[in-house]
Amino acid sequence: MSTQEWTKAVTVTVNGRRETREVEHRTLLVHLLREQLRLTGTHIGCDTSNCGACTVILDGAAVKSCTVLAVQAHGHEVTTVEGLSGPFDGLSAVQEGFRQEHGLQCGYCTPGMLMASTALLSEQPDPSPEQVRHALEGNICRCTGYEMIVRSVRWAAEHSDGATP
Amino acid sequence: MSLVGARVLRKEDPRLLTGQGTFVDDIQPVGCLHAAFVMSSCAHAELVSIDARAALAMPGVVGVWTAADFLDYPDLPGGLPELERPALARNRVRFAGEPLAVVVAESRYQVADAVAAVEVEYQELDSVTDVTLAAGPDAPLLFEHHGSNVITKVPMLDDLERELERCDQRAHLRLVNQRCAAVPIEASACLADWGVEGLTLWATFQAPHHLRNYLATWLDLPQNLCRVIAPDVGGGFGAKIPWYPELFIAPLLSKWLRRPVKFTQTRSEAMVQMTHGRDQVHDVDVGFDNDGRIKALRFIISQNLGAYPDPTGLGLAVLTSWMAAGCYDIAKVATSFRTVVTNTTPVAAYRGAGRPEAAYSIERMVDLVALRTGLDPAEVRRRNFISPKAFPYKTHNDPVVYDSGDFPQALAECLRLVDYEEVRRRQAATRNDPDAPLIGVGLSCWLEIAGFGPNGSLEGFGHLASWESAQVRIHPDGSAVVFAGSSPHGQGHETTFAQIASDELGIPFDRISVRFGDTATVIQGIGTMGSRGVPTSGSAVKMASVTVLGRAKKIAAHLLEAAEEDLEVLDNAFSVRGTPGKKVSWGDVAWASFQPLRLPEELSAGSLEERLFMESPNFSYPSGAYACVVEIDRRTGRITIDKMVLIDDCGTVINPLLAEGQVHGGVAQGIAQALFEQVVFDPDSGQPQTTNLIDYLVPSAPDLPDYVAGRITTLCPNNPLGAKGIGESGAVGAPAAVVNAVLDALSGFGVEHLDMPVTSEKVWHVLQGGQQ
Ligand code: FES
Ligand code: FES
Repeated sequence: MSTQEWTKAVTVTVNGRRETREVEHRTLLVHLLREQLRLTGTHIGCDTSNCGACTVILDGAAVKSCTVLAVQAHGHEVTTVEGLSGPFDGLSAVQEGFRQEHGLQCGYCTPGMLMASTALLSEQPDPSPEQVRHALEGNICRCTGYEMIVRSVRWAAEHSDGATP
Repeated sequence: MSLVGARVLRKEDPRLLTGQGTFVDDIQPVGCLHAAFVMSSCAHAELVSIDARAALAMPGVVGVWTAADFLDYPDLPGGLPELERPALARNRVRFAGEPLAVVVAESRYQVADAVAAVEVEYQELDSVTDVTLAAGPDAPLLFEHHGSNVITKVPMLDDLERELERCDQRAHLRLVNQRCAAVPIEASACLADWGVEGLTLWATFQAPHHLRNYLATWLDLPQNLCRVIAPDVGGGFGAKIPWYPELFIAPLLSKWLRRPVKFTQTRSEAMVQMTHGRDQVHDVDVGFDNDGRIKALRFIISQNLGAYPDPTGLGLAVLTSWMAAGCYDIAKVATSFRTVVTNTTPVAAYRGAGRPEAAYSIERMVDLVALRTGLDPAEVRRRNFISPKAFPYKTHNDPVVYDSGDFPQALAECLRLVDYEEVRRRQAATRNDPDAPLIGVGLSCWLEIAGFGPNGSLEGFGHLASWESAQVRIHPDGSAVVFAGSSPHGQGHETTFAQIASDELGIPFDRISVRFGDTATVIQGIGTMGSRGVPTSGSAVKMASVTVLGRAKKIAAHLLEAAEEDLEVLDNAFSVRGTPGKKVSWGDVAWASFQPLRLPEELSAGSLEERLFMESPNFSYPSGAYACVVEIDRRTGRITIDKMVLIDDCGTVINPLLAEGQVHGGVAQGIAQALFEQVVFDPDSGQPQTTNLIDYLVPSAPDLPDYVAGRITTLCPNNPLGAKGIGESGAVGAPAAVVNAVLDALSGFGVEHLDMPVTSEKVWHVLQGGQQ
């Protein structure tokens, strides 16, 4: 079989920019982002969709980008950690919350945590600590023990002024 | 204002929060090839053949190499003679997942396809995974020429049988400290680029200089041509210190193929290839009087080494035996250990490395003494503590002299915060209420050995030495850069070391950068392990800064025509005490330091730079008291942690925010060991059963509680900062607190011990009145 039959052009709006790339049918969204678009902020921590390090926002909802084929993202909008920004010296409230409350140590799970938290706050601007824990159930952090991540998200909730988290 | 002790936000955060961190796999050079291993599907077998023909014919495949291609190179370094691990299995495979062949292709998808197409024929052998069985007479041998699976053995001189007998009572437990996986969320990864100017290897590693030293030797390459870089590292917890085949093979492939070669491990691979931790079995006997005083302790350790003895793996049982008596004053202590190979993934350091095992067992035994004597567990602890006046305290092992501590105070603070009396009252009030959950409270008064820095302490684990280096350099504008020998993997060295340097130099925090992790820029380093970052590396930063400031003062005095003694450093400037306005800025002093015409005679250009190798006269001994309150559902056995109180004594705290983060992370791993995690092998086939994050239960946010963290402080006299280290404390202290709490809740059910992980299922069986 020629490679042509294995590949397809996909167009995805990533962090507000329309990007078109030739991908294999089996290419995962996370690899399109990391290797073809060079957006390496989105990480990979497992091969069974359990860790959440690869979480991005697809059309407003948090998804694990290792579980989405690049071709499935065709015509859709993706936001990655590189697309977050806001009033805190350029950081969003969620990013600044993680800084203020030490919600990260090695930083490897962090982009996934930030994206899952951002999606949570856009649906639920004032979640309880239990709701934060529940919403982050699919994201594993091996460094922090989670409490400081919960505090970080709460910080963001308290400093969002109803604007985009 | 002193920055040491202040809650300073981290320098490393802005890049990590914006996706601008650089982890190994983020580096994507043009023309990069991808390597992956063919792994053994058998736990123990003779290799009959490896057929790569189909793989070689696949699109994008560059080549396949087996052990036969590496015959010019030695086995992986640091092993015991005749028991070394080959880079790729040669003739014999000894654990499932052991790399047999390496495949290189143009893309990561192609290499995965090709690996699956390599056909391997085995002649299977009987395997053994259990440490006790492996040490037995009929066990299949991993290394026939060694004659036994027992690799090292340190017997006791006196088994204390007479002392144990003389006590009012004696008790014995066999305690299994189960095998755990470190699971850094970034698995192993490396990128080798060997060009005409030598080799650069990027690796996610805790000790880049250590790797450079051994890799250069292995490759027979002068060290000036061998550069190792540990960029941002996504967690380590001990599993990024051992030698892995990829670290040696990727450079050679890059040399042979003249292209960059990258290896990124999948999680499924990591679960069987990254070293595991713990896996000790303890036989512990205590002799005690009816008043709860423990008089004799016999502590026998069996360490499962996995398939190949790792230098750290061999040392774990030593550390356990050193710390066997914990924070108790026990007249007679005897320890012995043996280390044993089995057909399992090699075992090495995992957060705490040998000390969590010791703390867990002694804390379980103390609870057993309480149970047998009818005394409260807190009271038994108080009756046996080493007195705060007894330091330095000589233990049953010569090199181990506890530095400082106040165990009664830590326990008192812990009991206060957990509201011990109230928990006990609630427990009694609800005990007979079938609709109320069972309540249990568990204590853990733990002590560990840390601050690995004394000469000889790390050499035994295969390291060059045990000091840590720091280099402090002032730029012409008075800003500074600190080069640290230990490179972090989440600990926040950029922040804490800048705090230390800022205090000593009087240069603002924002004008100090900290660099590490690159053998081309950092003169030498040992690594980040054994809770040594602040005690050794931080102390090196402090003392190098002190020296630089001394020289800067000479220059300032010369420029101001004042006496050095009259100078003080304030607001980024040197001023003459009592003469307001007579001052020179740090920037001016720094500028002058490069101008021979403006220098005092005794100094020459460039002297505002100092490098220092920090040795320590002794270890540090962090300690603490933890309490856990659990509720157990009587119908389902479900365990809920209601409260977790953590009192730590780590000596001087540089940054309370980061220190608390370290405690939380360690405690999370400790709770995970107590309740959830266990690496499992099928006992018959040796096949790993926990090869992903579905079968191996790393807790996520809803599984873990909030923590109540507090602190007492006794300073460590063995380093200039007075710091003891905090990285491993939580993992050392937490397991016993949790397990003691569960057993306390079950105290009416006639069960004296349950092995970790204490699952709801085990508890349910107890509640049903059956055997677990
Ligand atoms: S990489 Fe682990 S869930 Fe996607
Ligand atoms: S910060 Fe390291 S895994 Fe979460």
